[in-house]
Amino acid sequence: MRHQARIAVGPVQFRIGSDWPEPIAALERLYADYPRDDARPADATVRLFAARPWRRWVRPSVHIGGDFIVPDALPLPLSMGLLAAEMGMNLQVALGWRRHLLLHASAVARDGRALIMSGESGSGKSTLAALLGEQADGGDWRLMGDEFTLIDPVGGDAFAFPRAVSLKNQAIAEVAARVDAARLGPLLAATPKGDIRHLVPRADAIAAMHEPARPALLLFPRFGGETSVERMGEGEAFVRLTEASTNYVALGEAGFAALTRFVRETPAFGISYSDSAAGLALVGQLWAEAAR
Amino acid sequence: MSAVQIFVDLLAGRRDAAALASRDWDGVIGVARSEAMLATLAHRLERAALPAPVAALFADQRAAAKVAQAQALWEAEMARRALAPAGIEFVLLKGAAYAAAGMSCSEGRQIGDLDILVLASDIRRAENELLNAGWEWVKSDPYDDFYYREHMHELPPLIHKTRDRMIDVHHTILPRTHRITPDALLLMSEAVETSSGFRVLNPAAMVCHCAAHMLADGDLQGGLRNLWDLHCLTVGFLKDDPDFYLTLIEEAHRHGLTNVVRRGLRLANSLYGTPLQPYVAPLMSSFEPELADDFYIRRLLARDDWGRVTRPLLEQAFYIRSHWLRMPPAMLAKHLWTKWRKG
Repeated sequence: MRHQARIAVGPVQFRIGSDWPEPIAALERLYADYPRDDARPADATVRLFAARPWRRWVRPSVHIGGDFIVPDALPLPLSMGLLAAEMGMNLQVALGWRRHLLLHASAVARDGRALIMSGESGSGKSTLAALLGEQADGGDWRLMGDEFTLIDPVGGDAFAFPRAVSLKNQAIAEVAARVDAARLGPLLAATPKGDIRHLVPRADAIAAMHEPARPALLLFPRFGGETSVERMGEGEAFVRLTEASTNYVALGEAGFAALTRFVRETPAFGISYSDSAAGLALVGQLWAEAAR
Repeated sequence: MSAVQIFVDLLAGRRDAAALASRDWDGVIGVARSEAMLATLAHRLERAALPAPVAALFADQRAAAKVAQAQALWEAEMARRALAPAGIEFVLLKGAAYAAAGMSCSEGRQIGDLDILVLASDIRRAENELLNAGWEWVKSDPYDDFYYREHMHELPPLIHKTRDRMIDVHHTILPRTHRITPDALLLMSEAVETSSGFRVLNPAAMVCHCAAHMLADGDLQGGLRNLWDLHCLTVGFLKDDPDFYLTLIEEAHRHGLTNVVRRGLRLANSLYGTPLQPYVAPLMSSFEPELADDFYIRRLLARDDWGRVTRPLLEQAFYIRSHWLRMPPAMLAKHLWTKWRKG
């Protein structure tokens, strides 16, 4: 394709091709500080393309394709090309990656142990992970990722997929107030997922992206409502995670074994919180108990 | 050298994987993925010297294909449990058959729907038994349903409501309205049993069906994979019987598939190096190349380094051809008219 980039996030080497220069330039800026190995063959291919040649210029709209394609996926305007690229990368991992059990979950790690947060879009799992990753006081959390957490089916360790964090709506202002503006991508206003702005993880989180962490705590956050904590049984955690995994079925017995072990070894809680401060306080308290 | 050509050469064993430049792998992997053959390539190159990331990716693919194959055979077992109590015999076709029979092409082969063949006289009962066992209709469109039942060689596809897997129940191997009408009764009655207890077509019939499926029933989508099946099947059967080609040509003749099988073998020979063996006695069989072979080859190799189809006109031509073969002109016109009106 005319324009291309190669990006490595965690264990996945991406090749992204585009009919337009803009999405590639935006990606190159966002991922400028990630380690690069341009000679390494790609694990996954993303294509951003115009459905008809003239649509490159006339009302340009970006279709998302690659190794795997979702039929009927709606294209995005060129101004949201960066979002299209990110969605394409997520899609290829979700549908194509087989080395690990993929959990649709955010994760942070500390002292080689991982806190994993699973939930629907809007649950706050991304924001909590981003805020934990930025905590200056008593923090030292390493952001592992806001979208996917990878579980090694053999050893049971969690592996990071620290793509740029996708901050949405109110979370943008909340996080932007705490970080260097140079680590923020452009504001993508009024996308189908609301306002979006990407946050580049801290340099140490990127440098440590190949380091495994032992799962120590599993949370299912829910943003809004009274503060509450509810212990979750292994069975419920298991079922929820099968729904949060894009490759559980494809991994067959190995996936079952990995997930069974994961829920047996990792204490799980459902938490509700009304604002980020309350959420962070809950996480801190549960971590202190789990990490004892 | 284009990625698709390198890919084909790697499968054929004409090229040393260790000699590839690191950047060549992007295109090769992209093409292999778009042909749904990455795990096939991974098996073919299992013992080759590969760059570490490629070796790791290929190991993932082999493991995933093993799981997928077990799941596909489990689907076959589910069909057996649904049909056996009613005394309905069936023969596995395509991917599931190759896996059940342990054919070499099944290594890493993607298996989509479960395809089975039953006697035409059993088709209604088979449908009922499957519906009772948890399969349900996919198509709700009355015209499509009518079309399948009236003109096709299979029932409208059924999907299992809890396992979410499709089954295609055939009563013959080409559409009823096709210019070629294979003898389904012969295919069924001469099927053989595998060590896993499933019935599959006998070797010659299996190759005939493979060629018919690729060259007489479709627009060559997935053609490289079908042709790889044809190559592996033929090479395997030639090992067991050096005169396999005699049996094969005779079987093809019985089903009206002589030209189709011969073309398939010629194409497999040009792309994968399948040995061709002409005979003058006891029957005449030759593999003189035909002019049109070239179009097939070009269509089969029409992929760029990003896995995209590169020759839209040729693709369109083969699409039209597939319909042309499938039904007589007047019927085709009526069918297209109905489809067009419905948008």
